[in-house]
Amino acid sequence: MTQFLTYLLLGIPIGCVYALMATGIVVTYKTSGVLNLAFGAQAYVSGCAFYVLRSPDRLGLPMPVAFVLAVLVLGPALGVLLDRALYRYLRTAPPVAKLVTSLGLLVAIPQILQLKLGSTPLTNPPGVASDSTIAVAGVNVSTNQVATMVITALAVAGLTLMFRHTSLGLQMRAVVESPRLTSLTGVDAARIGTIAWMLSSAFAGLAGVLLAPLFSQLSDIDYFTVLVAALAAAAFGRLTSVGLTLLGGVALGAAQKLLDGYAPSGSVFWTGMRGSLPFLSLILLLLFWPGLRQNRAAADPLAGVDPPPPPPAAATRDRRLTVATYAIAAVVIVGGSYVTYAVVDDFWLQLVTHGVILALVFLSITLITGIGGQLSLCQATFCAVGCFATAQLTDRTGMPVLVAACVAAAFTAVVGALVAIPALRLGGVYLALATLAFALMFENVIMPLEAVSGGSRAVRVPRPRFLGISFGDDRRFFLLSLAFLGLASLVVVLVREGTTGRFLHALRTSETAAASLGIDPARAKVTVFALSAAIAGFGGGLLATFNGAAGRTFYQAELNYFYGLVWLVLVITLGSQSAQAAINAGLSFFLFPRFLGLIPFLDQSTAQGVAFVLFGLGAITYAKFPEGIIESQTRRITGRLFPSSRATAEVAP
Amino acid sequence: MNDAPTAASPSPAATTPRPLLVAEGITKRFAGICALDRVGIDVADGELVGLIGPNGAGKSTLFACLTGLLPPDDGAVRFADRDITDTPLHRRAGLGFARTFQRMELFAGMSVRDHLIVAVRAHNGTGSLVRDLLFRGRPTAAEHDAVDAVVALVPSLRTVIDQPIEALGLGLGRLVELARALITEPRMLFLDEPTSGLDQAETAELAAVLQSVQRDHGTTIVLVEHDLTTVQAICTRLFVLDHGVRIAAGPTADVLADPRVREAYLGAGA
Ligand SMILES: Nc1ncnc2c1ncn2[C@@H]1O[C@H](COP(=O)(O)OP(=O)(O)OP(=O)(O)O)[C@@H](O)[C@H]1O
Ligand SMILES: [Mg+2]
Repeated sequence: MTQFLTYLLLGIPIGCVYALMATGIVVTYKTSGVLNLAFGAQAYVSGCAFYVLRSPDRLGLPMPVAFVLAVLVLGPALGVLLDRALYRYLRTAPPVAKLVTSLGLLVAIPQILQLKLGSTPLTNPPGVASDSTIAVAGVNVSTNQVATMVITALAVAGLTLMFRHTSLGLQMRAVVESPRLTSLTGVDAARIGTIAWMLSSAFAGLAGVLLAPLFSQLSDIDYFTVLVAALAAAAFGRLTSVGLTLLGGVALGAAQKLLDGYAPSGSVFWTGMRGSLPFLSLILLLLFWPGLRQNRAAADPLAGVDPPPPPPAAATRDRRLTVATYAIAAVVIVGGSYVTYAVVDDFWLQLVTHGVILALVFLSITLITGIGGQLSLCQATFCAVGCFATAQLTDRTGMPVLVAACVAAAFTAVVGALVAIPALRLGGVYLALATLAFALMFENVIMPLEAVSGGSRAVRVPRPRFLGISFGDDRRFFLLSLAFLGLASLVVVLVREGTTGRFLHALRTSETAAASLGIDPARAKVTVFALSAAIAGFGGGLLATFNGAAGRTFYQAELNYFYGLVWLVLVITLGSQSAQAAINAGLSFFLFPRFLGLIPFLDQSTAQGVAFVLFGLGAITYAKFPEGIIESQTRRITGRLFPSSRATAEVAP
Repeated sequence: MNDAPTAASPSPAATTPRPLLVAEGITKRFAGICALDRVGIDVADGELVGLIGPNGAGKSTLFACLTGLLPPDDGAVRFADRDITDTPLHRRAGLGFARTFQRMELFAGMSVRDHLIVAVRAHNGTGSLVRDLLFRGRPTAAEHDAVDAVVALVPSLRTVIDQPIEALGLGLGRLVELARALITEPRMLFLDEPTSGLDQAETAELAAVLQSVQRDHGTTIVLVEHDLTTVQAICTRLFVLDHGVRIAAGPTADVLADPRVREAYLGAGA
């Protein structure tokens, strides 16, 4: 019994941190409609700032000063910056555009910080209280944990009082009910929005500082895990109730510690399960918690009064631009392939081959996001499923590796459909969260299993032999991957131009009208999800045979969930709707950091960081340029150069 | 309900020989507002009826409940003697339903022709992923013929058929929605304020199209309309809603003369 109490008490502080961040999520979601995934990154910023300000071997400032600067100054300042620079322009943007923006920040912010602080994690983060323990109900608890509980209680109580009893709180609640109605009564909704961002960002900062001493080092990965736990807590509060959110966060923290204490040790499965409780809770809540799916628009009594949002920016494209890009692309592809094949050394050849395979995987993002209009955060996971399935099939059955890759692709399609069928009921933002939770579940629970990744020893995968030709040679393999990339591009183009693409286009732009015409939304979306998963899975198979082995190390270095996010923001930045943009993205992923590294004063790891920052920041332009910033700038410039282009405008292919 | 079939001309007050669409006791609430309170409506096969009422009366909500966009909180909808209350939206197209929307629902980034091709393909159910991958996803000659046939009905679309939808004004946009509905050869057509935003010539074209569709194809039409001149010209019967309640129903002339209807309109206008 005392043991139970111990676990429970140890779980509450971490649960409090979940609850704080979740409260921030709820406040901004309610006032601005942004489900801010970047809160994890914002908490990380405050955590690092507190470390630098407080740590004796850095600035060593007194605790109150460091706390005020990190939580009460930096937190709100970041909130104001994000609101003023980004989110206020997104107020009427579709939810998915808002999510993409926060996703870009989630990728970029930690990278910016690590450029500054170095990528080795900061160890032994200081807490808000001194490191001593006191006995609570017979259990030894550290003063930091007590401080966490007290501060959380104060913060949440303060917020509740503010909502209930101040005029600011009243105005905020009014904005939540109906932003339009509130503006009509003369309340400055933009100002309320900014205040909400300051407030919620302060909560994120607070969570970041309190979280630090609960781990032995500061790492953005831990902050991300906490973010997912906070999302689960926020989902438990149905993204509206602060009270339920607090309860959800604390319950989750306690459950985690109880599982830690009672689950059998030594089992790979249970070790994974322990870390995965937040992800599992998020999935289950998304699927089964009633009330989450309530449509925000339907709740606003003035929803129907507004004019419909303006159509997305110039969807037209000059025919000559299309022809010109095809011509240039042909020259670049043929020339580039020839140079790669015949001229460059092995190192660059491998880099380009890798990029080509990645481009094939990125085509799956073109399908699901550009054509299907769905945001999937688990494409890297589908790629990993294909990779391990190919490895296991060749290893166990001796199947030829290309056949195995095809079977793996089919298997991944089934996995994709199984993920999509329940998740698609949710749609939009929730689908994205569900895929994220799936990616994290796979990483923590399924991937480590010996039957999947071969345990501590990677599974060897041979290079293909095909029509008597062996592709063990890297140059031949390069040609083979080019051929597959061509094939996959053809599939994407055929789908886009065919019934599937037309129906999805209709569903993307008006699901109501499309369904009224008899198009089954669920069927169309599951189809594209499965096809996209199949392509990613096949790409995973190619990666396995290219690498020669598939195991945990390979997964961590190439396919972990974070890459899934970076890939998505990169493809979105370059243009999610054309096959060509996916190919550019695939090549850029490896080549761009290398080219940056050629700049004299940038070393390679800095260049890698800078590249990730740019990829992330690129995605925040999505709301403004849904067709991809590069694509839209090209159109703008050609529009200037050839002003007559309007006359020959045609619908973008 | 069991009148002997009389002459073809719409005799006033004659209960319809065979109701195609019947809704009874439709109730719909939105967070506190009762948008529809036990509303009933019946439409005979081949009829063109109007649904009128002041702003916020619940006309669009009733459409949503009839077409499957929103589930009614209470009440039942029957179509051709089948209970379709729970039939999902996308299945109703297969029964012959088609509609236009008050807030236009067009497919951004598509040309007018592509709108029509999507509609006719969804109607025929001939497309599939496998066909796409076998290079058979492009529009067929039969589909282009169907587009031409519908453009013959709505001639204003001829000159803009290959333009992107963004290049069109409100009036043409409404006609695209109409054409997109007509190309599926519906048995039951719902139009929500199709003339709002149309100029006089376009309104006349629309009224002519509706009458010819009703006459030549036997399409049953329910029309929500504020323009009483159009209503008077083409509708045989009217239903009037006010504050979610059906306040009048019957032949057009009788309903328009009803003092309660006048009051509802004048009250809303004052
Ligand atoms: N999704 C919704 N959420 C909340 N209230 C709604 C919703 N849709 C409609 N309403 C309310 O229901 C009532 C009926 O609206 P409806 O759109 O059906 O009226 P209408 O007769 O079509 O009006 P109009 O002539 O302006 O189109 C209105 O008070 C409206 O505000
Ligand atoms: Mg209406």
